[in-house]
Amino acid sequence: MELIVVDEEGVEHALEALDGWRVMEVIRDWGLPIKAECGGACACATCHVYVDAAWRDKIARPGPEEEDMLDLVPDTADGSRLSCQILMNERLDGLKVRLAASSQPEEAVA
Amino acid sequence: MLMKNEVKTDVVIIGAGPVGLFAVFELGLLDLSCHVIDILDRPGGQCAELYPEKPIYDIPGYPVISGQELTDKLMEQIKPFAPEFHFNRMVTSLARQEDGSFAVTTDEGEIFRAKAIVVAAGGGSFQPKRPPIEGIEAFEDISVFYAVRRIEEFRDHDIVIAGGGDSALDWTLNLAPIAKSLTLVHRRDTFRAAPDSVNKMQALVEAGEVDLVIGQIAGLEGADGALSSVRIRTAEDELSVPADRLLAFFGLTMKLGPVAEWGINLNENLIPVDTEKFATSEPGIFAIGDINSYPGKLKLILSGFHEAALMAQAAKRIVHPDEKVVFQYTTSSTSLRKKLGVI
Repeated sequence: MELIVVDEEGVEHALEALDGWRVMEVIRDWGLPIKAECGGACACATCHVYVDAAWRDKIARPGPEEEDMLDLVPDTADGSRLSCQILMNERLDGLKVRLAASSQPEEAVA
Repeated sequence: MLMKNEVKTDVVIIGAGPVGLFAVFELGLLDLSCHVIDILDRPGGQCAELYPEKPIYDIPGYPVISGQELTDKLMEQIKPFAPEFHFNRMVTSLARQEDGSFAVTTDEGEIFRAKAIVVAAGGGSFQPKRPPIEGIEAFEDISVFYAVRRIEEFRDHDIVIAGGGDSALDWTLNLAPIAKSLTLVHRRDTFRAAPDSVNKMQALVEAGEVDLVIGQIAGLEGADGALSSVRIRTAEDELSVPADRLLAFFGLTMKLGPVAEWGINLNENLIPVDTEKFATSEPGIFAIGDINSYPGKLKLILSGFHEAALMAQAAKRIVHPDEKVVFQYTTSSTSLRKKLGVI
């Protein structure tokens, strides 16, 4: 199955994804830039993505814990989700998300 | 002679996360005393800041343990070695002295002198999240703040506070009486702050003393660091609120910080080390835990524990080059058990 990720420049990346993987893990595993500081524990709010409008009704709503963590995201908008809380499955084949500025890693100094 | 802001010790550990704490233990067994510096206000690093309540399942010997419990147990384990902690401090510089030892300075103006340095800084230092708004840097420390250091900076100003947790709510309540105007901006009509604070804030809103806007900060207007208005995006449209102070409370994030300026080789913001001594490119400076990199590195707490044990052997030889190091077990060694205070 595939996950489509739009980066900050607007470039689309089609990433092969595995059933049960978190969207954050797919993004990180393919080397696209995402902070994801806590490693998927819904504890840091640094894996923020915007789910494409066409997909918003097809995935489960964020739970209360994720909603609380989204309060720590300074650039939320429609479709805001923490990508560690979306698990890939067959029904999400083709899911499209856009990386958020607040979850971009620091530029490497060396 | 030491000045009163100076401390002399065997080893300075930068970072009080689980790996920095366990380094105190391994160094202590080898009779090395430590001072530990951390930017947070308490020990535990990510375990304390990010997931104090979250269960961890891969600590050997603990089928499940929370970040806070692990921190508490490590603090108990290292107590016999009486490490000295210095919290709420950022290490600003690390310089080698003529005699080969190091001087570590902090943003509180202290100087720590030590023969060996252990960088156990994890993902870097926890610093306030900066909203990704174009040009925000120019306003920082003039009109945009991430903490209140002096309340007087806010008296008689038009203040916007962004966030929905305890910091945002506490400062809304504290600053409303002295502000010219105060607007609280939060992305939803639910607040995860203490219920009492939420009730008090809502009363201020009803009394017309605080404006509550459900939305997100979208832009800043002003010149030369002086803010004139804050643009707020709501579900319906975008509005502009006149303001000359913005306080943003979106929690903390890890930034590499001054590590980059200590003269140690870095690669992709990590410190390359060898896997025998966990030594950096600078003799006497070691790096353990999440901040180091080597072939096969796994960012696991247990890897950091192993790294601490091997690093301690190497640090011992630097601090006490003339002493012969005998490898001993805590189960059998009388001298180790004396150090641990169990006999």
